[in-house]
Amino acid sequence: MTSHEQTAGAAAGPPAAQARDVSKRYGATVALHSAGIAVQAGETHALVGRNGAGKSTLVSILTGLQRPDSGEIRFDGVAAPSLADRDAWRQRVACVYQKSTIIPTLTVAENLFLNRQAGRGVIDWRGLRRRAADLLAGYGVDVDPAALAGALTVEQRQLVEIARALSFGARFIILDEPTAQLDAAAIDRLFDRMRELQSTGVTFLFISHHLQEVYEVCQRVTVLRDARHILTEPVEALSRDELVAAMTGETGRALVAGATRPPVPATAPVVLDVRGLRLAGHYDGVDLTVRAGELVGLIGSGSSGKVALAETIAGLRRADAGTVTIAGNTPKPGQVPAALAAGLGYLPQDRHREGLVPLLSVAENATMPIAGRLGPAGIIAPARQQATAERMIRAYDIKTDGPHQPVSDLSGGNAQKVVLARALANDPKALVLVSPTAGVDVRSKASLLGAVDEAAAGGAGVLVVSDELDDLRSCDRVLVMFHGQVIRDVPRGWTDADLVSAVEGMEQP
Amino acid sequence: MTGTETIAKPPRTGGPRPGGGRLPLARLRDFALVPAILLLIVVGALIDPVFLSTANITNVLQQQTELALLVLAEAIILIAGKFDLSLESTIGLAPALAVALVIPAASNGLGTELPAGLAIVLCLLTGLAIGAFNGLLILRFKLSAFIVTLGMLIVLRGLQIGITGGQNLFDIPPSVLYLGSAVWLGVPASIWISGSLFVVGIVALGYFRHGRSVYAIGGNTDAARAAGIRTDRVVWVVLMIGGLLAALAGLLMTGRLGSVAAAQGDGMIFTVFAAAVIGGISLDGGKGTLFGALCGVVVLGLINNILTLAGVSAQWIQAIYGAIILVALILARLTSGKAQD
Repeated sequence: MTSHEQTAGAAAGPPAAQARDVSKRYGATVALHSAGIAVQAGETHALVGRNGAGKSTLVSILTGLQRPDSGEIRFDGVAAPSLADRDAWRQRVACVYQKSTIIPTLTVAENLFLNRQAGRGVIDWRGLRRRAADLLAGYGVDVDPAALAGALTVEQRQLVEIARALSFGARFIILDEPTAQLDAAAIDRLFDRMRELQSTGVTFLFISHHLQEVYEVCQRVTVLRDARHILTEPVEALSRDELVAAMTGETGRALVAGATRPPVPATAPVVLDVRGLRLAGHYDGVDLTVRAGELVGLIGSGSSGKVALAETIAGLRRADAGTVTIAGNTPKPGQVPAALAAGLGYLPQDRHREGLVPLLSVAENATMPIAGRLGPAGIIAPARQQATAERMIRAYDIKTDGPHQPVSDLSGGNAQKVVLARALANDPKALVLVSPTAGVDVRSKASLLGAVDEAAAGGAGVLVVSDELDDLRSCDRVLVMFHGQVIRDVPRGWTDADLVSAVEGMEQP
Repeated sequence: MTGTETIAKPPRTGGPRPGGGRLPLARLRDFALVPAILLLIVVGALIDPVFLSTANITNVLQQQTELALLVLAEAIILIAGKFDLSLESTIGLAPALAVALVIPAASNGLGTELPAGLAIVLCLLTGLAIGAFNGLLILRFKLSAFIVTLGMLIVLRGLQIGITGGQNLFDIPPSVLYLGSAVWLGVPASIWISGSLFVVGIVALGYFRHGRSVYAIGGNTDAARAAGIRTDRVVWVVLMIGGLLAALAGLLMTGRLGSVAAAQGDGMIFTVFAAAVIGGISLDGGKGTLFGALCGVVVLGLINNILTLAGVSAQWIQAIYGAIILVALILARLTSGKAQD
């Protein structure tokens, strides 16, 4: 049976799962705006969209974890059960999340029958393991039911979770980026398994950042963008360009980036040199160089390993192999102070978690890496700290009552400026910025990116690690990471569609 | 395993195949302290022949019963992924309050002079209420279990001092003394009680759905909730059981010592945590068995006894005791191979 026949045959009945006119707000943020999806019984339906498009919200509404503000959910044409009735939801829909929902300290068998090991009576462990073995064998999952679930590989864990979902009687399964942590061979095996289950009547909703996979296993695709439903089409009726255009919007607008900056001469010294860097489970064999004055972008999906790579350069992680050279020095791997001393400035991904000490003042936060220079023998001279901080506040246009204000009182954009000021405080030769404009308003974004440009003009080599295309527009070139490897080096002059399709793992047309 | 051949096997998955030796190893961890206990018994016998006498062994066990009940309570709470520091104050306050309510004001009572027969019930109810209040603050108001129970530790200790005027209570009704001092079939009742409660706990946590849900919650609360476990309710019950067990431990201690000391239980919580962690209970939750925790209690009791018999001077005993706890933790870290936090 071809996939086409399945779709055609199944379309007759009511959809296996349907969301109609669903809206959901979180405070001021609209996560879904009368969006909808209809998944026909027996098909594998793809759900795609860029980060923040509303995919996760739709999934949590479809699985009954969140109540939509308005709109309705139906399974096989029947209205969804009440949110409190978890059992009823479990019989209709199951979701295999990226984040594991197994309990690592318990055995596979117990995880499969969690909270239904037995009725009121004593648990028959031998019988439980036998039932688990039968269940796993029934779906051809080769996992020892007596093994601790924490010892499973990602692939095995997913299969166990799928088997558990099916054992509840659910025939509609949502797979949330199942391939993100799998290698190519495991992805193929997962797809074989999905096709097998599909032929027995299981319906899948498949979420992936890799559009290639959508064409491989899915029959239809729904695109969300900016909290809205954009289209639902059979995959064969939709070219890759059309799909990318639906995800990014505004097909015609080909923004050409980085036109204003003069090119960096090939003779400029290399300030950041990464050779053969490998960290198991994150990235493998990464080489990259950044020259003085050069602005290099690094883009990739959440599972591409780009953030882990940035953290390795900063010394927050320690690579298994390879070297990082900063301005000619090779700092001791895995040590942040060594990287900073070698001349690195680093802006961490999450300013709240790694960037700032919220209750300390703007001055203290901004001068933290250069505290040693503010006075002799570890003394921090208050006057010098104050003066330095005031200079930074002026230079980076930080809106604050003064250097003594706690950073927790600042707006997101201004707090980020403090982090950037700190990263630039010791005049770094090489600068690594991770998602520098995340959660920042438009005006702050412009002044942050302006400061980054200035740093590059001042002779620093900058690596901007970001998903935001706007962050990368002024870059001299953009490296694309995919599954832990740098797969493309895109020179200036790219269009949004170029870059997005590279990130989503599509071969070049 | 039969039946695995009925369906075409999927291709071999990458990475090392789990299973096989893993579970026996995990099981082995539960018995890791058994050799240590045997070794301690041999050492004890060599140091002093009195060690193996029935009187000494009974004495060691009886002295450990109160600690054992606290460890039982703490172990269940830790497995559920929570914390309770206030147990060491409950062990003092619960009997003190119950006794103060029944004895005359002349004996430092509160003057209510309730019927003496109610004392045991009052004591246990107090423990239950403390556990319920902890649960209210931790689960309903979402406060940190560590700080809540630290605050409760201080408050409850203060309440006891306030109620008793800082005095030890001596005029204890015989009903309250009974459990801690009675001897059943030649063995102190407190040993029977602690032993049988451990058996109940081991069976409940090992072989019943609700007991297993404690492990599930401690291992991954979201996953447990997704599996339909009422996580808050289970943790609440666990905290109440903890308070109840601590109150019972207070009864046993009162009976054994014949009075309620103003500082009853003071400082015990450190030993409780040491015994639980040495016994393989993870402070992260979801891991460890009550049998292991019981072994931890026995190890600490034997070490204490051997140090006393060996004539180590009382001034040094605490330092050595603490050092041994640290060594035991290091050994546990080496044998389990996992970092403890």
